[in-house]
Amino acid sequence: MKVPIPIFVKSYKEMTLYVCTFFVPTKPLYTHVHRRACSSLSTPRITTHYTIHPRDKDPRWQDIEMERFADEADVVIVGGGPAGLSAAIRLKQLANQHQKELRVCLVEKASQLGAHTLSGACLEPSALTELFPDWKERGAPLNTPVTDDVFSIFTEKHRIPVPILPGLPMRNHGNYIVRLGNLVRWLGEQAEELGVELYPGYAASEVLFHEDRSVKGIATNDVGIAKDGSPKDVFERGMELHAKVTLFGEGCHGHLAKQLYKQFNLRENCEPQTYAIGLKELWVIDEKKWRPGRAEHSVGWPLDRHTYGGSFLYHLNEGEPMVALGFVVGLDYSNPYLSPFKEFQRWKHHPFVESTLEGGQRIAYGARALNEGGFQSIPKLTFPGGLLIGCSPGFMNVPKIKGTHTAMKSGILAAEALFPKVTAENLDSETAGLHVPEYSDNLKTSSVWKELRSVRNIRPSFHNPLGLYGGMVYTGIFYWILRGKEPWTLKHCGIDANQLKPAKDCTPIEYPKPDGKISFDLLSSVALSGTNHEGDQPPHLTLKDDSVPVARNLAIYDGPEQRFCPAGVYEYVPVETGDGMRLQINAQNCVHCKTCDIKDPSQNINWVVPEGGGGPAYNGM
Amino acid sequence: MSGRVLVGVKRVIDYAVKIRVKPDHTGVVTDGVKHSMNPFCEIAVEEAVKLKEKKLIKEVVAVSCGPQQSQETIRTALAMGADRGIHVEVSGKDYDSLGPLQVSKILAALAKKEEAQLIILGKQAIDDDCNQTGQMTAALLDWPQGTFASEVSLEAEKIKVVREIDGGLETIKINTPAVLTADLRLNTPRYATLPNIMKAKKKKIANVKPADLGVDLTSRLEVLRVDEPPQREAGVKVETVEDLVAKLKDTGKI
Repeated sequence: MKVPIPIFVKSYKEMTLYVCTFFVPTKPLYTHVHRRACSSLSTPRITTHYTIHPRDKDPRWQDIEMERFADEADVVIVGGGPAGLSAAIRLKQLANQHQKELRVCLVEKASQLGAHTLSGACLEPSALTELFPDWKERGAPLNTPVTDDVFSIFTEKHRIPVPILPGLPMRNHGNYIVRLGNLVRWLGEQAEELGVELYPGYAASEVLFHEDRSVKGIATNDVGIAKDGSPKDVFERGMELHAKVTLFGEGCHGHLAKQLYKQFNLRENCEPQTYAIGLKELWVIDEKKWRPGRAEHSVGWPLDRHTYGGSFLYHLNEGEPMVALGFVVGLDYSNPYLSPFKEFQRWKHHPFVESTLEGGQRIAYGARALNEGGFQSIPKLTFPGGLLIGCSPGFMNVPKIKGTHTAMKSGILAAEALFPKVTAENLDSETAGLHVPEYSDNLKTSSVWKELRSVRNIRPSFHNPLGLYGGMVYTGIFYWILRGKEPWTLKHCGIDANQLKPAKDCTPIEYPKPDGKISFDLLSSVALSGTNHEGDQPPHLTLKDDSVPVARNLAIYDGPEQRFCPAGVYEYVPVETGDGMRLQINAQNCVHCKTCDIKDPSQNINWVVPEGGGGPAYNGM
Repeated sequence: MSGRVLVGVKRVIDYAVKIRVKPDHTGVVTDGVKHSMNPFCEIAVEEAVKLKEKKLIKEVVAVSCGPQQSQETIRTALAMGADRGIHVEVSGKDYDSLGPLQVSKILAALAKKEEAQLIILGKQAIDDDCNQTGQMTAALLDWPQGTFASEVSLEAEKIKVVREIDGGLETIKINTPAVLTADLRLNTPRYATLPNIMKAKKKKIANVKPADLGVDLTSRLEVLRVDEPPQREAGVKVETVEDLVAKLKDTGKI
């Protein structure tokens, strides 16, 4: 049972507000805790992060100067992805057009723009064209128009082709296969030219509030904290960026957005968000197999009809015979023995896929969670002092598996709504931080809303006795024919973390061993993501209660985090003395996908941002 | 001892990134790949800034040779405490063939132009592992050198350097002006914090061309081919010494 208890921690040194959620064990958990032999040794301390163990009560921090340098901007944007950059660009375009001064600062946790960006991706250029009608002349990296759409239902050895008739959501006519990381980098260059202040390598780790509880801005991460939570010689406080309005574009399941939902009750009238995990690789293949412009999708094998998911394989046209391929698994799966990474690796052995990859070389790997809640899960988007944009609130069109164009559009709408307010002569505001409900109103009358509304029932239609096939029938009737105009709105099944069945009720899955040519093991894949973090810092995968992993996750669900983490962060290892297991967190492997925070059945894992600059080093993913 | 310190900083591919050889085998892929300041150069910058904080030197000038993106590396040095920067523009084919000899010629020319008292470099770069630039620069200037420094102290007009050598630690005393190269244990570099990055935007970075310094960039080396290291193969177990000798003869090793 989760009990949110707001703790107002206001010390002389730290003028910040913490809202902690405590995990109050229910009765079954108590009996499990007593029964499970965690040996007579107490749980070794795993979490040392200050969000779980506040520093104002910590004697090691008594004499440390906690004052922060503060600076003022007009608008601060958290997150340098498509949404954040589109908002920044639009703001500066408006400022130049109306000859107004506007200081726009953007902070991004990756060391360079695009390093944490991962997507298929088949881009609908609508929002980009709105931002830059001359994107082609400016050299935007949209080099591969889609020429061929192939959709299949896979069985173990065969494939059933499905015709992509005009009108079906997965038809890609007019779209471009892009390496989204490269597009983000290009957007960053355009933003800088327009005068946006970009600060990659600095993570927003804290939301700041005015006295009246409106958002004041953000603070970047502190640096130089040792693994045990104590200050090192090189310790330095982060800096505060104050703004009239702060835009939060952290991408799917942002950690600051998570706090904001609680703080401002933004989710009281919408369904909880549901997610999927997407794993992706880039391959340079044999030229003879290369079909530039071809977009392939599949459903079916190796997933059963009750596990939502599917694959993509896109042939890029950028000089080298390169393909981007990947696998998506809905995080509402129920079998704790399922490993999305291993499903991805074994899918590559399907004859239709293996024939493309044979003789090729894998050059990149990565993973990221994505939104599947769609229309039903859109929260309240505005609050005093801030707005939510992009995949953070979640505007992904799930059957199309496209969220970039809607994310960019939401950034553009946010900029257009707040520009007049933030440059007005008299800042007519009830709260110290500006409230811009016009953004939400405009979004509701925009193409984004219409689009998401029309596909709202496709994903939930999957929850029927026929599973995947029921969903496809529903899509055929209600979307293709009726265009999503049916009067009812189907519900999701609740949060993904609650969907796991206990391990004893499920069958372990026998995955084939990787062959080292087409399929690979986890650790060599993680190495290809280029991920790294400063080793001597508190693990950023914080546990609200260090004893819960062994007592609950391992006891009931056989430790699903060892399987759903695509980077091998979580390992259950035997304790050094005595018997029993302990959880080992290899925080340095983390690729910032957020799956653990989403799928942990105990909701005990709270992902917070590590020191800026750490994380994957994706290049054009 | 007062005066100016020149610190060389190099922009290299980040150490955690998996390197990929270009399909035409002329080099490695660098386009879009994450780059950062060479770790040993970070230590060099830190040492220079520490000397300035102790008021033993007056000005720290950060120098980098490379394309436009090298300016980011200089900015990081400025954020760590350097006073100004010099960007020596080298790009395209010239940059591909840029090696320690040309860089040391550039640094020697700059040292004379800037009337530097001290040059501090990283001991080697993690991309080419040459470990030559410091030594060549000292030779071109005919200055003493304190390489692999794990401890540096300025005493009157001399510098005491503790060097990490194969046998242990060697302490030497050298005259100024001199060239020092930083080894791992010299110090722990500070973070370039955001307020300092913002302040660094106001510090000057001068643009210089190698030709202005009278340096000829032609390389005496030609890279013929770049390949990945051979895949590690499985080991083979043998039962007896005779088997071992037979196997070694079989594979032509003896």
